[in-house]
Amino acid sequence: MTNSISILIKSPKFVIGAVVLLLTIALVNIYPLINTKDPLSMEALAFQPPDSKLILGSDNFGRDLFLELMYGIKTSIRVGLIAGVIATTIGLIFGLASGYIGGFIDDILTAITNIFIVIPSFIILILISVSINSRSSLVTAIIIGITSWPWTARAVRAQTTSLRNRDHVNIAKISGHSTTRIIIYEILPYIASYVVMAFVLQTASGILSEASISMLGLGPYNTISLGILMNWALVFEAPVAGAWWAFIPAALSIAIITFSLYLMNTGMDEIFNPKIRS
Amino acid sequence: MNAYTKYFVNKFLWYFVTLLIAVGLNFILPRLIEGNPVSIIVSQMTQGMTDSDTIKRVYETFMVEFGIDKPLGTQFLIYVKNLLMGDLGTSFGLYPKKVTDILASAVPWTVGLQLPAILVGWILGNVLGAVAAYKKGVFDKVIFPVALFINSIPFFTLAIIMLYVFGLTLKWFPLSGGYDFQMIPHLSFDFIFSVIRHHTLPFLSIVLVTIGGQAIGMREMSIYELNSDYVLYSKLLGIRDSKIAKYVFRNAMLPQITGLALSIGTMVGGSLICEIVFSYPGIGTWLFTAIRQLDYPLISGCTLLIAVSVLLANFTLEIIYGFIDPRIKAAQMEDH
Repeated sequence: MTNSISILIKSPKFVIGAVVLLLTIALVNIYPLINTKDPLSMEALAFQPPDSKLILGSDNFGRDLFLELMYGIKTSIRVGLIAGVIATTIGLIFGLASGYIGGFIDDILTAITNIFIVIPSFIILILISVSINSRSSLVTAIIIGITSWPWTARAVRAQTTSLRNRDHVNIAKISGHSTTRIIIYEILPYIASYVVMAFVLQTASGILSEASISMLGLGPYNTISLGILMNWALVFEAPVAGAWWAFIPAALSIAIITFSLYLMNTGMDEIFNPKIRS
Repeated sequence: MNAYTKYFVNKFLWYFVTLLIAVGLNFILPRLIEGNPVSIIVSQMTQGMTDSDTIKRVYETFMVEFGIDKPLGTQFLIYVKNLLMGDLGTSFGLYPKKVTDILASAVPWTVGLQLPAILVGWILGNVLGAVAAYKKGVFDKVIFPVALFINSIPFFTLAIIMLYVFGLTLKWFPLSGGYDFQMIPHLSFDFIFSVIRHHTLPFLSIVLVTIGGQAIGMREMSIYELNSDYVLYSKLLGIRDSKIAKYVFRNAMLPQITGLALSIGTMVGGSLICEIVFSYPGIGTWLFTAIRQLDYPLISGCTLLIAVSVLLANFTLEIIYGFIDPRIKAAQMEDH
């Protein structure tokens, strides 16, 4: 583990991605401690341009956009992480079960995975969100998580199948270890790097999904997220009012956060998968 | 039965099962709303309506359409029967307009926008990715991070930024709609010009994001192929570089077709939201309107239509793929 980390630190892509992400997380957690105002309180007139008092101006209700942005990034990252954990866990369990156990279970799980890869998860996301009346950001995160696991499942299955017949696994089998033990000690360590990468990607796509679904007006209630900020900007016609500060910072924040996650993923990929090093 | 027919039948059956599940989800999820969905829906949508006669008529229409008093199995059969007859129910928001009519008016816009945009983006992305992997150096150092950054921007974000820059600030292109609102759709030079002007910005924003994602995938595939043994061997044999590049491109290209099949769902989803930004008169904008008005029949009509088209696109790509990839053909032969 310490060894992998010391290799990772040598990858500039990974380091840049991680630093940007950590700085963002630090900023959005520290700023509300300094500026303890309620992000939903009115501070100025509608669509005031940025000035020395309000760094990013005000939105349609005259609220401080910079403060809203901080809370929005916080919610979006949290939703992304929870969705990432759920999607990776489901994918891992499905992938391990079908790859290691094989046979009938493999057939069924692979069929389910293939079906849910083809049906756009976006559609299922809309259908579930429409059907649930009270959505907190946690509920949104869970819905995103349970609709975006198939990719991880497929990748984990492929890796596990190739590991299943390796000698060290066979030795463990002959030694009479239980299936759980074999999976934990003989399979998991080999796919760990893969799983971490899948988690990073799932988090990024979780943030994007939250933004898309909130943009449609199906996001969590009673909270601010980056997607919700964009939805407000669009519903209250900020672009027509020329209020670029109402949507460009939120848009760039989404891009920067997902970019740093993708960058981390690419950095890891180049290290753990020497075949694609250029 | 020859190998390809077998491949075709196999794929067809799988897609049929998938289609059934997609339809099933479309049927069951809106019915999971607690209580009597019809009365909840009708009470939500008739809020503010004072004419009790209209409310009653709306209520009755949906009672019949949902068939809520019957058991779930029967409801599903009615649903499928209506589907097969091309009946998706009546819209709440635009009562008494049929969902099918609304969708029919929106489909040409969506197809006209998305199909060319996704294809152009896919082709350009693949070429750029291959070039980045092949030329390496400065070229790769520029293309790759740019592609990665564009790929991290959600579709609609780029759309909003383009709307702001080119539509509002520079005023090069109109802000919304599919054609100038004072025009009546007809075949004339003016109208076509207006359509093209409205088409440009949404088209470009979809193309750009698609290029990003595809270029990354293609670059990775090409680097993988360039490092493989046959490339080294061909080089040792003294085969011309351009010829090797051709081999590599072909080998890296094929998985990209499956890649297109698998990412088409995400792309369509993203492009739909892109439509909303430009109020383009397609499915996405209707979906947005439907969600805001809690127009369940229209929502489920949109989702069903999108799911079915994505499935069809996937199926077509897989069938084509089976034709052109010799490795798949070989696998079919072995099975035979």
